[in-house]
Parts: sequence; C-alpha cells; structure tokens
Amino acid sequence: MARITGTLTTVNRLGDLERAIMDVLWETDAPLTVREVSARLTERNLAHTTVMTVLDRLAKKGFAKRQRDGRAWRYCPAATRETYVTELMLTALEQTGDRTAALTRFAQSVSGVEADVLRDALEMLEGDGEGDEGSG
Amino acid sequence: MKGLADAALLAALAMGSVLGASALVQAGWPRRSPAAAILLWQALGLAGGLAAVGTLVSLGLPGDHLGVARSLLHPGAVFPGAAFRFPVAFGMVDALPALLLVFRLTCLAAGLALLASLCWVLIAASAAALQARRRQRVLLALLAHGDPKVPGALVVDYPTAAAYCLPGLRSRIVVLSVGTLELLGRAELAAVLAHERAHLRERHDLVLLPFTALRRAFPRSGMCTEAHRAVALLVEMLADDRALRGRPTRELVSALVRFGTAGTCPAPAGALAAGEGDMAARVARLLQPVRPLPAAASAAVCLTAGLLVAATVALLIV
Repeated sequence: MARITGTLTTVNRLGDLERAIMDVLWETDAPLTVREVSARLTERNLAHTTVMTVLDRLAKKGFAKRQRDGRAWRYCPAATRETYVTELMLTALEQTGDRTAALTRFAQSVSGVEADVLRDALEMLEGDGEGDEGSG
Repeated sequence: MKGLADAALLAALAMGSVLGASALVQAGWPRRSPAAAILLWQALGLAGGLAAVGTLVSLGLPGDHLGVARSLLHPGAVFPGAAFRFPVAFGMVDALPALLLVFRLTCLAAGLALLASLCWVLIAASAAALQARRRQRVLLALLAHGDPKVPGALVVDYPTAAAYCLPGLRSRIVVLSVGTLELLGRAELAAVLAHERAHLRERHDLVLLPFTALRRAFPRSGMCTEAHRAVALLVEMLADDRALRGRPTRELVSALVRFGTAGTCPAPAGALAAGEGDMAARVARLLQPVRPLPAAASAAVCLTAGLLVAATVALLIV
C-alpha cells in the first residue's frame, strides 16, 4: 500500500481510505452499514465518522450507492471492480470510439501480415541471439 | 497589414505548408532523425494555421497605405492583373465600394472564424485529454497496485497486454496490465518502462496534442489523419531511441514484437487501419538501424522550421 501512495503523489490519506473501503464493498455481496464497514477495517482503527465521511464521498463520486435501512444507510458498490477495470483499460487503449485520451501507449496489437512480419523479426533476433550471446 | 501583397505571401506560405506536410508524410528521412522531423511538423502546423488565418484577415482589413481597397480601385497602381477582375466580373462597377465592403467583411469574418475555431479545437482537445486523465487517475487510485517487477509503475488486473503513461505536471504515471507482466520478461519490462518514461519526461503528449485536435476537428480530412499518424509514429520512434540508451536493442524489439502479436483484444475497425504498418516500421528501424541525419542536415531542418514560423509571424505583425 505504501508503494502505491508513493507513486500516486496525488493520492492522500483519504484516497487511500477510499480504496480500502471500496475493496470492502467489492468483497461483500450485501449492502453494508457504516458500522459493518468499520468492523471489516479493524486493523486501521478508524473513527466511525471518518468511515462515514469517506463512504459519503464515494457515494457523491458515484462509486458507491446507498439506501435507507431504518435509521442507517447501507452502502454497496455502484459497479463491479471488473467494470471499472474495463473502463480504465478501454479508454487507455482508445477502444471506446472516443479518441480523446491522448495517452501515449507502448504498442498496439497488430494482425495479419504485419503480425507475421513481427514474428519473423523476433525469430530472426532470437536466432542471432544464440550466436552472439557472449558479445551481446 | 498591407493588403494584397501580404495576403498573397501569406496564402503562399499556407499553401507551402500544406505541400510541405504532404511531402513530409512521404519522406524517408524523418525516421532517421525523429526529433528534427517532429520540430518541422510543429512548424508546418503552426505556420500553416497562422498563414491561413492571416490571408483572410489581411484581405479583410483596409491597408494603411496600399490595402485591398485601393489596390482594387486603382488598377495598375500595384497589381494590374488582380485589380479589376473582381468588379468587372460582377459588372457592377457603380456598386463597387459597397461590394468591396461586403467582400472585406466576409474575408475578415472568415479569418476570425477560422482563428476562433482553431483555438477552440485546441482547447476542446486539451480539456478532453485532461478530463480523461483525471478519470484515469481516480480509477487508478481505487484499482491499481504496485509490483516489484516494475518498480514505480502501477499495475492493473487486466489480462490483455497494455502499457501506457499518464502525463501531467503533478504526477507522471506509467500503467501496465497484469497481462503485460505475464507476457514480458524483466529486461523487456525495463525497456517498456524506459520507453514510457521517455514519453513522460519529454512531454510527447503535448507534441501530439495539436495534431490530435486537428484530427478530432476534421475527422474526414486525409491530411489531418496522415499528419497525426506521422507525428504519432515519430514520437514512438523517438521514445524507442531513448529506451535503447544503455540497453541491448534485442530487449526492446522482443518487447515490441511480443506486445504487438499478443493481440487477444483486437482493435476496433478503423483504429487498426490508422496505424497499419507502424509497428512493423518501428521494429524494422530498430533491427536495421538507420544512421541519423548528418549534423548539417539536422541543422538545416531546424533552420527551415524556424524560418517558416518567423516569416509567417513577421508578415502578420509587420
């Protein structure tokens, strides 16, 4: 977890909490109350109000849905983890038809003749590699 | 601005930029020195856009001493040829001043509209890119994790090979999918990271932005599509060159090839056609290294780019 926070400099402590709480919601089938979410994050020793604040933020951002259950709110994820992963990757790979992301990506997948050309190139390279392993 | 003379020169510059761009698409030397070619692309785009706007505006504005109006009204004073074509063609010499005014205003309006739409297209593309990146960051904060195989990068649990970077002022992120980690070995992963970090360090996204904007604005323009594709490929070649520093070519090439042929998730129709052959071009260039342009030729390219922009700006403000 520490590595992530170090890499994503914009992620503050609340962002880290959001992630932990979403993980709890994703792992559980039934909608959870604030108290139930807190109970599943015991090692973090969080105040009830902190969990409530973060769940409220997640609901406002559209990641969590909430419903009344008597006097308490119950929270569940707005979509599965896989849905968000797919959204993330499809926009990054510009496959949503909306080519706006302007993210430079390493390579695109190719097919047909071009793929054959690439495979030949790799074979040639690996063939060469065996010959000059010592000098490479 | 001084009317017809400026308009003619600016129109020549605009046409020259378009012709230069189509020559550059065909040329073979850009892959020898991608950085110089990218600079020339930027200059052609900037000069072409400014000159097109300038042509229309200088036709629209009355000149200080010999502008559009007087040149047209006094045949022979400056441009005997161009002078009476306009009124005679319409057979309305009496209505000339009114007609000229309409002509001038139309040119002026068209020039300003072109300027506004070019600016708007650039702003809209930047805003769309920023918004997409913000959403990516929000989702990554919830979904991504680290992996000791790729220190400093974020990893997303996605089976298909994917590697990209999110540029920005505050945070620069390289994102890899789990599929990539499974596909590539450590040395290949290091080459991918070096490639992506070159994009981030040199802000290649900004280089590409104007061309993305133009392609968005004119999706049916062959010139805009070709220009975008050419610059995108040059940017990748530049990052490939950077990734090669201090590492064997083989690692980068095998990363590229494994990545390109892993295709469990084919690109949609259109997307593939747009980049067809580009992967093969990158691999071929790495396998049979071309010598960079000689220093003098590189300098000449940079000088041309500088002169092109300088000449356009000079015509616009002098």
